[in-house]
Amino acid sequence: MKNHVWRPLYVVIAFVAAILLFRYFYVPKDFGSGARGFMYAFHRKSNEEDWKKQPVKYRDTGKQKMHEFCGKCHGKEVKVRSEDLHGVIPCENCHGPAFRHPDEPRKLTIDRSRELCLRCHTSLPYTTSERKRIPGIDPKTHNVGLECVFCHNPHNPRLADRRGQ
Amino acid sequence: MKRRDFIKNCIVVIAGASVPLSALVMVDPKKVLAANPEIQWAFLIDTTKCVGCGFCVKACKTENDIPFNANITRTWVERYVFTMDDQRYIDSPKGALYGFTDSRVDLGMGEFKEIDPRNVGKAFFVPKLCNHCATPPCTQVCPVGATYKTDDGVVLVDRTWCIGCGYCIMACPYAARYFHPTLKVADKCTFCYHRITKGLETACVNACPFGARKMCNIHDTNDRNTQVILRERVGVLKDDFGTKPQAFYIGLAQEVR
Repeated sequence: MKNHVWRPLYVVIAFVAAILLFRYFYVPKDFGSGARGFMYAFHRKSNEEDWKKQPVKYRDTGKQKMHEFCGKCHGKEVKVRSEDLHGVIPCENCHGPAFRHPDEPRKLTIDRSRELCLRCHTSLPYTTSERKRIPGIDPKTHNVGLECVFCHNPHNPRLADRRGQ
Repeated sequence: MKRRDFIKNCIVVIAGASVPLSALVMVDPKKVLAANPEIQWAFLIDTTKCVGCGFCVKACKTENDIPFNANITRTWVERYVFTMDDQRYIDSPKGALYGFTDSRVDLGMGEFKEIDPRNVGKAFFVPKLCNHCATPPCTQVCPVGATYKTDDGVVLVDRTWCIGCGYCIMACPYAARYFHPTLKVADKCTFCYHRITKGLETACVNACPFGARKMCNIHDTNDRNTQVILRERVGVLKDDFGTKPQAFYIGLAQEVR
């Protein structure tokens, strides 16, 4: 072949070689397709470990596993409270995520807001939904401006029980 | 060529041509094992138990550091209200981050619709999240190999490798992906990979007081939730897309997509 063919061809070959070299150094060594094949699992293997290293914030396991985390120190409260009317609600839903409690934060910030209670206790006229079994109020007329915990015990909110105490 | 040779050759050619292509494919033992690994995570949602409190959305956003008030979320709850005169209203204000505290349905653009309680036919809540499909379209379209399916069946995004092109966001038929506004990468539900690999449940399952959300290893047939998926009448979203979703719904209405 003539010189005018080879010259641009050298440029192209050098260009491709440069890309391959760059790719060799830039792409992490653990990049591969794994067991699920190229179409669904072409990835950097060490990223799976990156995701596993994320910190766990909600530490308690709820009533199903008998509050493994909270129960370690607050065993007495957990035992009493899980029998209460609101015992099915996980501690951290209102008391806030534990993070690294008791080191950091030393004290959890409890959400006592009206908005928190209204998540379940806003009256919605949905007879086909499980919502119908939960006592509901109209937030526009039911003691506007007052926090619910002013009258109701958040763990056992039935007012009749409170009067008995 | 003799007649005998001609017939012989014909038989050889016909026999050769009748071997299917698939018979010549070498079986990769790794792939066979991948089709049946020990752990395969699946999600079970009981829509009949959901009351739309939105604790799951709140827990998810806190656990995974999602910008709290931005209009993005990895999981969300939809409200479906059907009236007696066959009008359909569907909303999910802020993905139900603060629950459903208004009896009016959010129509969008600042408009709300008050529905007469006597006119409400059926109404229910449906929690949604990434379906972690067995054949996820989002991982197929990624041009750089930043999103993938792990061996235990979770679809993840490599945040250091994602270039933020948004193909996967468009490819997902369930709108489960979104663009992370601060990290500038595609983001999605990870089934709380840092929790499930430590033996904990996902943040949303953990936060649900009513047991509307559950998780299980679908290969562990002794698991109660697996038995529900295998034995009872569960449905998946958009089955006809061929994505083989791994989030199963109890009490799925045909209007839910």
